[in-house]
Amino acid sequence: MPTLNKPNGSNLNNESKSKIALQIENLNVHFGEGHDRFQAVKDVSISVAEGGSFGLVGESGSGKSTVLRAVSGLVTDWDGVIDVDGEHISKKREMSYCRTIQMVFQDPYASLHPRHSIDRTLSEPLRLHKFDNIDDRVNQALIDVGLGASFRFRYPHQLSGGQRQRVAIARALMLEPVILLLDEPTSALDVSVQAEILNLLSDIRKKRKLTYILVTHDLAVVAHMCDEIAVMSHGEIVEVMDVDTMRHSTPKHEYTRELLQASEGYQPEA
Amino acid sequence: MSKPLLEVEDLWVRFPSKRRVVEAVRGISFSVGRERVGIVGESGSGKSMTGRAILRLIREPGEVEAKKIHFDGQDLQGLSEKQMRDVRGHKISLVMQDPKFSLNPVMKVGDQIAEAYRVHTNASKAEAKKRSIEMLNAVQIRNPERVYDSYPHEVSGGMGQRIMIAMMLIPEPDLLIADEPTSALDVTVQMRVLQIMDKLVKERGMGLIFISHDLNLVASFCDRVIIMYGGRIVETCRADELQNAKHPYTRGLLNALPDIHKPKDQLSVLERDPKWIEDPSVDAYS
Amino acid sequence: MTLNSGTPALKQGLRAWLTSDAPESRFHAQMVQVYAGWQSLCANKLAFIGFMIIVALILVAIFAPLLATHDPSIQDLKATLLPPQTDGHIFGTDDSGRDIWSRVVYGSRITLFIVALVAFTAPVFGLLVGTVSGYLGGWVDTVLMRITDIFLAFPRLVLALAFVSALGAGIENAVLAISLTAWPPYARIARAETLTIRHSDYIAAIQLQGAGRIRIIVGHIWPMCMSSLIVRVTLDMAGIILTAAGLGFLGLGAQPPSPEWGAMISAGRTFIYDHWWIATMPGLAIFIVSLGFNLLGDGLRDILDPKKAES
Repeated sequence: MPTLNKPNGSNLNNESKSKIALQIENLNVHFGEGHDRFQAVKDVSISVAEGGSFGLVGESGSGKSTVLRAVSGLVTDWDGVIDVDGEHISKKREMSYCRTIQMVFQDPYASLHPRHSIDRTLSEPLRLHKFDNIDDRVNQALIDVGLGASFRFRYPHQLSGGQRQRVAIARALMLEPVILLLDEPTSALDVSVQAEILNLLSDIRKKRKLTYILVTHDLAVVAHMCDEIAVMSHGEIVEVMDVDTMRHSTPKHEYTRELLQASEGYQPEA
Repeated sequence: MSKPLLEVEDLWVRFPSKRRVVEAVRGISFSVGRERVGIVGESGSGKSMTGRAILRLIREPGEVEAKKIHFDGQDLQGLSEKQMRDVRGHKISLVMQDPKFSLNPVMKVGDQIAEAYRVHTNASKAEAKKRSIEMLNAVQIRNPERVYDSYPHEVSGGMGQRIMIAMMLIPEPDLLIADEPTSALDVTVQMRVLQIMDKLVKERGMGLIFISHDLNLVASFCDRVIIMYGGRIVETCRADELQNAKHPYTRGLLNALPDIHKPKDQLSVLERDPKWIEDPSVDAYS
Repeated sequence: MTLNSGTPALKQGLRAWLTSDAPESRFHAQMVQVYAGWQSLCANKLAFIGFMIIVALILVAIFAPLLATHDPSIQDLKATLLPPQTDGHIFGTDDSGRDIWSRVVYGSRITLFIVALVAFTAPVFGLLVGTVSGYLGGWVDTVLMRITDIFLAFPRLVLALAFVSALGAGIENAVLAISLTAWPPYARIARAETLTIRHSDYIAAIQLQGAGRIRIIVGHIWPMCMSSLIVRVTLDMAGIILTAAGLGFLGLGAQPPSPEWGAMISAGRTFIYDHWWIATMPGLAIFIVSLGFNLLGDGLRDILDPKKAES
């Protein structure tokens, strides 16, 4: 992967030999058993620099979310190498792993427990990991995501989609992870709310020096958020490029060009 | 375009509940000719309700009220439920977002299309089948004979959506209302579906109401754009003029979109003004 | 006077506090939830009637000594088979001269005892089996569900009869038998709910935060199964009361002279043609209480999951 070692865009002002936060080599993920067994991810290798923001784009069924789920540990039927902070990750995750990697899900209407108050959703991870000052931390987390402490004792059904996604982001940040996996964090939201959430995510990354891996089908979102982008199709990575290559519409692969063209809007002649 | 195909004047959709009446659509007027009209808005703007209200598909306890809903010179409000059923599908078709809920799961795809054809024409079974396969061909389904004999669960989402479109188009409607018809589809399939609809407008002179939340798509696909906010039309403009829209809401939406070619540190956030709900709409023509 | 003018303001304040959009504490949030539930219960007339019947049953059971006009077990052979409204016997007397009204009143205690005991054992056990089975899957699921199937394969009353005859007649054994036969449907419901919940994003989120299986099942899956179970249990209560009465009627439940309603009907059936009230009065009591539970259950279904009620 020659493109990987190129110096990245202006957003990443580390020295060229920056530390690698996440490295995936030859990742294969399977679903099902026996006759129904099929390979969702084939030989995927990526590496994400510390403090970087890496985008995975592709259409539905391309396996992009599955990569995230394998990294997070939600999917266990995988082989290959996943290195986080230079250490191999085994299939059985340690408790401490939760404090390294957290995830934000696509649909804020489905990712918050409908019968738990915001307070419970945010304080439960703290209790699990025996944090102190739980009250202060929950209040601060709500302020950090722009909601304010008055939201603390509400229930998800009292919040709008954007507010729920803010709570989901707050929950992912409770354990102070260094890597945040974002699975289509704005695709269920209206454009005006999407702008707010993307701004929030950029601010948080700057403030906390987090590493992002963002999965989306929206090329404009990935261009806005990421320094480096991998395009996936049918479980494989077809191209890895930096954001400038994408902006200037000079990708090498045919499929990437097709995606870029489609994102420009409707063309009468295909 | 001497006489518009559809004329709507002062359309209201209300949902009375115990405590208050929710007004989903609040007194909008517009007309559609044999052209592609996009209705854009965020969730809750009333764009889907508008499409349903025209076809009288608002469920209880919702109420529709309008000074005028005229289609092809005919007053739709004066029609009986039976006559309305004839209008739906035959003259005006509706394509919805998710094909899974619109296709009958225990009936072969082809039979459903053929039935849609036979309800509105008195064609024989053999002829209906022939037309159905032609139609599947027209929506660019490879191997239409095989698809004709399959059940809805056997086809993919993108194909299901194209089957829905074939089913809605086979009675040759004069007006197609498409409610987010492509947002569940992959971009490449989405293009193909749009091309089919485009062709029908150009070749057959069909009218199209394209309801979507995707500003870029509507701007590039439609002739005219209606922007809705809070149950009202805030602005109407030509699609190729959308970038020069005047209303602060439309401007705000456009600015909130990230752009591949114009990187910026922060996206501008839409500041909502309560006045928008009451102010008269901006018309780019005037 | 100052006190008078203060009360409405206090009422207003309490109302605002209970309907607040932004609760200030955990307790406040819970109270808001409870109040919202109470309001929707009041809005549903039939459910409210059902609820009032259950409350009345509880009150009668608590205040039985005050409401009863006679001692329920004292026989008075000079006053047997008196029709209702004679000599201060509201519902008349039975063949041993016992006051039927007092027996029905005291019988409510037995009914309530049966209901409470079954309601706190069978659904809890079913919930445990169903959620564990659904969440863990694999061989645990297979084993637990086959056991459930075996219990489901027997007709309830027949199985209860077998248990009671093995364990010996008596009210405690009747309750045990009913509980043993009542749990499988709850396990099925809980498992079905669990299967739809276990792959949802909020369960994935708590898994990523390192929660163990027990915590996920108890803290995250149980609350989602509760509403459908509560509805089902309430609707089943009528059946459970009838089963208990049936066992009593067959002489396998509560033993005489205990004033259990089913046993009372059984005793009265010999005189049904000449002295109708002996069997009718406890029968009416069973009918009203069963109706109350059914109305409440129907209403709770509307309140707790509006989606299912629509379809």
